[in-house]
Amino acid sequence: MTSILTYTFKSLPSTSKWALRFSLRPLSCSSQLWAAPAVQTKSKKTLAKPNIRNIVVVDGVRIPFLLSGTSYKDLMPHDLARAALSGLLHRTNVPKEVVDYIIFGTVVQEVKTSNVAREAALGAGFSDKTPAHTVTMACISANQAMTTGVGLIASGQCDVIVAGGVELMSDVPIRHSRKMRKMMLDLNKAKTLGQRLSLISKFRLNFLSPELPAVAEFSTNETMGHSADRLAAAFAVSRLEQDEGLLSDVVPFKVPGKDTVTKDNGIRPSSLEQMAKLKPAFIKPYGTVTAANSSFLTDGASAMLIMAEEKALAMGYKPKAYLRDFVYVSQDPKDQLLLGPTYATPKVLEKAGLTMNDIDVFEFHEAFSGQILANFKAMDSDWFAQNYMGRKTKVGSLPLEKFNNWGGSLSLGHPFGATGCRLVMAAANRLRKEGGQYSLVAACAAGGQGHAMIVEAYPK
Amino acid sequence: MPRFIYFSLQVNTLNKELQSEFIEVMNEIWASDQIRSAVLISSKPGCFVAGADINMLAACKTPQEAAQVSQEGQKMFEKLEKSTKPIVAAISGSCLGGGLELAISCQYRIAIKDRKTVLGVPEVLLGILPGAGGTQRLPKMVGVPAAFDMMLTGRSIRADRAKKMGLVDQLVEPLGPGLKPPEERTIEYLEEVAVSFAKGLADKKISSKRNKGLMEKLTSYAMTIPFVRQQIYKKVEEQVQKQTKGLYPAPLKIIDKFGELAMTKESKALMGLYHGQVLCKKNKFGAPQKEVKQLAILGAGLMGAGIAQVSVDKGLNTILKDATLAGLGRGQQQVFKGLNDKVKKKALTSFERDSIFSNLTGQLDYQNFEKADMVIEAVFEDLSLKHKVLKEVEAVIPDHCVFASNTSALPINEIAAVSKRPEKVIGMHYFSPVDKMQLLEIITTQKTSKDTTASAVAVGLKQGKVIVVVKDGPGFYTTRCLAPMMSEVIRILQEGVGPKKLDSLTTSFGFPVGAATLADEVGVDVAKHVAEDLGKAFGERFGGGSLELLQQMVAKGFLGRKSGKGFYIYQEGSKDKNLNSDMDSILAGLKLPARPEVSSDEDIQYRLVTRFVNEAVMCLQEGILATPAEGDIGAVFGLGFPPCLGGPFRFVDLYGAQKVVDRLRKYEAAYGKQFTPCQLLIDHANSPGKKFYP
Repeated sequence: MTSILTYTFKSLPSTSKWALRFSLRPLSCSSQLWAAPAVQTKSKKTLAKPNIRNIVVVDGVRIPFLLSGTSYKDLMPHDLARAALSGLLHRTNVPKEVVDYIIFGTVVQEVKTSNVAREAALGAGFSDKTPAHTVTMACISANQAMTTGVGLIASGQCDVIVAGGVELMSDVPIRHSRKMRKMMLDLNKAKTLGQRLSLISKFRLNFLSPELPAVAEFSTNETMGHSADRLAAAFAVSRLEQDEGLLSDVVPFKVPGKDTVTKDNGIRPSSLEQMAKLKPAFIKPYGTVTAANSSFLTDGASAMLIMAEEKALAMGYKPKAYLRDFVYVSQDPKDQLLLGPTYATPKVLEKAGLTMNDIDVFEFHEAFSGQILANFKAMDSDWFAQNYMGRKTKVGSLPLEKFNNWGGSLSLGHPFGATGCRLVMAAANRLRKEGGQYSLVAACAAGGQGHAMIVEAYPK
Repeated sequence: MPRFIYFSLQVNTLNKELQSEFIEVMNEIWASDQIRSAVLISSKPGCFVAGADINMLAACKTPQEAAQVSQEGQKMFEKLEKSTKPIVAAISGSCLGGGLELAISCQYRIAIKDRKTVLGVPEVLLGILPGAGGTQRLPKMVGVPAAFDMMLTGRSIRADRAKKMGLVDQLVEPLGPGLKPPEERTIEYLEEVAVSFAKGLADKKISSKRNKGLMEKLTSYAMTIPFVRQQIYKKVEEQVQKQTKGLYPAPLKIIDKFGELAMTKESKALMGLYHGQVLCKKNKFGAPQKEVKQLAILGAGLMGAGIAQVSVDKGLNTILKDATLAGLGRGQQQVFKGLNDKVKKKALTSFERDSIFSNLTGQLDYQNFEKADMVIEAVFEDLSLKHKVLKEVEAVIPDHCVFASNTSALPINEIAAVSKRPEKVIGMHYFSPVDKMQLLEIITTQKTSKDTTASAVAVGLKQGKVIVVVKDGPGFYTTRCLAPMMSEVIRILQEGVGPKKLDSLTTSFGFPVGAATLADEVGVDVAKHVAEDLGKAFGERFGGGSLELLQQMVAKGFLGRKSGKGFYIYQEGSKDKNLNSDMDSILAGLKLPARPEVSSDEDIQYRLVTRFVNEAVMCLQEGILATPAEGDIGAVFGLGFPPCLGGPFRFVDLYGAQKVVDRLRKYEAAYGKQFTPCQLLIDHANSPGKKFYP
């Protein structure tokens, strides 16, 4: 297998060998573009279901995704979320009072703004009468925010939802140790000087050692990269395959005290030779997952306007896409931590009555190159399907020419809580640009969970 | 281009055929100029090499023969060690004894980091020692203190610890499901990694030399100074003497000869126990018709909770029922603590602990008992109470459900007397603490069906127990053997031997726990209960010491460890135990004159042991026991009979039946019937060729 994942690079330095290698890529994209109107006929059925409201994406935006520790490093998460929300208001001109509800996804929570959705909404100028809540489901938190909104609209509770996600890895809550916290809390309650002194006398220097946010799975104590390396080995994905796999909706964000950020800064083209020199990051010294073939720590936020179709039309909007069937799956958090897409893909296709051939656009979250390749191999294996998925035959192989054509989490970055909306917006926008009716969005998440959703193009 | 040869070790143990085959292949490797390095790997997941075939040693008739076996191994490994072409040992599964000696002769070791992969030299447990150069190579590799620890205790070391010690050079994480079954792919992956290292070693890109830490450098330097070395050897010798009381010859010989050791009585006894244990880990009653999936335990006391712990541990869904919330809470806490201790020792992760603990349901009523496949009652040892719970339970359980009684002395047929379905009633006698003691004694009545027995054995094996199946009778086998010995303990105390002296006499004979301490651990009230019951059943033969001693102790609340006072005083957090001075007046009031002709230290030891042995042989004679092997396993694993003696039956074989009978006759002359040797023992004494073991 040579190049498996291929991307178009907008900002690729022309000196890079990669640029030469993949210079044909935009051409093939554009050829599809030309062919698109002809392809999109009404021959495919629509996924509308009787007695269920059609739910549409009016539009969605994201602020540029930046490597953590760069321009956003002095901000707080709700600042990023607020920027995305403001961008959405600007882009859609939706009257603030129309929004019934706001939902945001986030993973590493800032303790001061644990309901970051509400803090951001207030600052972005939404009505203080619009309730907001925050959800968390690891890397599919934004997906959970969207599907929660879908549920609220489908059940008739709401008509207009704003869903989004935010992550700020430049700052994470580093806590005092449990012992220190306990002592500080007890000190608060102590009434007399004697009680306080006796508490303080119990202080030990090791109380001061800080507690970092967990990087490992809570249940298995294994880091995700480590699990990805084992997963890649289990599916016999070589280092070379992983390295080869590497290589809109953005709104500008004026960062206070800094320049306006207009584009992502994470895309990291480098030559195969350079990548091959990197040392394994997790399983040392012989592992295959490296810094180059893993997604990097990212700051970013995204937001989407989701409505009941009739409401959107009544308000004069031209929706971008329908949000159709979706599933959540979960499996063994140790050995199948990152196989969510493999399990979710056939399930959502069956639910929607579609086959792999019906899908025109695939948008998969890529945590690690090895992980996504392992998912490919798992979906293409009869043995795995029969022994672990309870299926008679394999899910099937993915057509690579339809896969993540505008870049994925590996090149664009992966702000955990915000990636879900990026995936759905990329799917919707690609359907419009490249032509086609259905897109499949899928992602894995910590805890051994996964998600998939069908996005249907809105008729032009 | 380098070429690589693979050959698989098809068997788990090193035997003569393998030795020669191995040498052949190695010679081919060394002779070929196309081969630059090699990987040693077992095609069998879960087992690298489990050691030398112990039958190969058992077949040796003379020390010379045994020594030759050892020397051949030494030669083979020496060649391997000196190999100019790097050899990588890729280890998955047990790498024990000769297997480890093989691995450490290689230039590089890579091991799978899972629970099945353990490294160790357990030879000492069989009364022998690493015979193929391990005694020389191990200290060089991991340092003298760690090497001695491994060789003297025989403990197995998990792969991650072995990496830290420097015993293996690289770890490979086990893989999950991929395009093949996980075990298969993991072995393949291990091979791939090992091959990459073998290439690296041949190309000199990787060095097989390990960077030693400062401490290690210092210790290895210190070991070159003769004075220091002598001091350390002396210290080790003292340590060994202290731990083994000089009863096990192997550890000291490690610090010199293999051939002799393999021929000692102790080695024969220990190898016999090894074989017996293998036997008692099998279900000779076949597979039960219905596998037990839902277990229920009545009574959340020390025993009930202990049984619950070893059950949930193995994934059995278990209901723990008690009469009171406080009692239930205590039991649940015991199970949690047992599991949590494993987390502290890193044997479990906290997540595994939680998920295991969720197999346990605590309740005060009989809800869901209609789904139970087996009920084990562990309520207080009182016949009317046992009858009450049996009737209650039978009203709610399904027809196929087995009712097992955990009792140490109440006859099972008396418990079963009120049952509507006596074929489903069986005894399961666990030993305290249940999570530590390996033995399970299963008691069948004449009415117990074979399928019920098969079911009980299957559950016991699942719980990780070594199982002996015996016939019903007062005290079954284990309690019945212990009772006359305990009676003798009381008499000896009454004769003025202090508890400390008694303890040291029994431990120096090889018992792991002193006799007085044992009474405290078991519980004086339990001992009294058993003594009364069995006294009634067997009469004078179980006499000797005065029951009154136990009765007075119970009356004063000296119940042993659980009440804080018994023969000794027990304090929370303190390991030292002092004599309970309040016992002086009780002992003084019941004092008996000592008989000087049978009161030497040795006589006291033999008075205890011969009563035990005599009763054990009588159990075989009466058909309580099915085989001598089960008798030995029960005595050693359940009651702490000296392992170096191999159990009462092995003891008679090795010590000589005639000598045992002579001893008994001598004590019979002083005390009477309690020491009368049983018929089977006399038969063995009369015909010297007659042995319990062939």
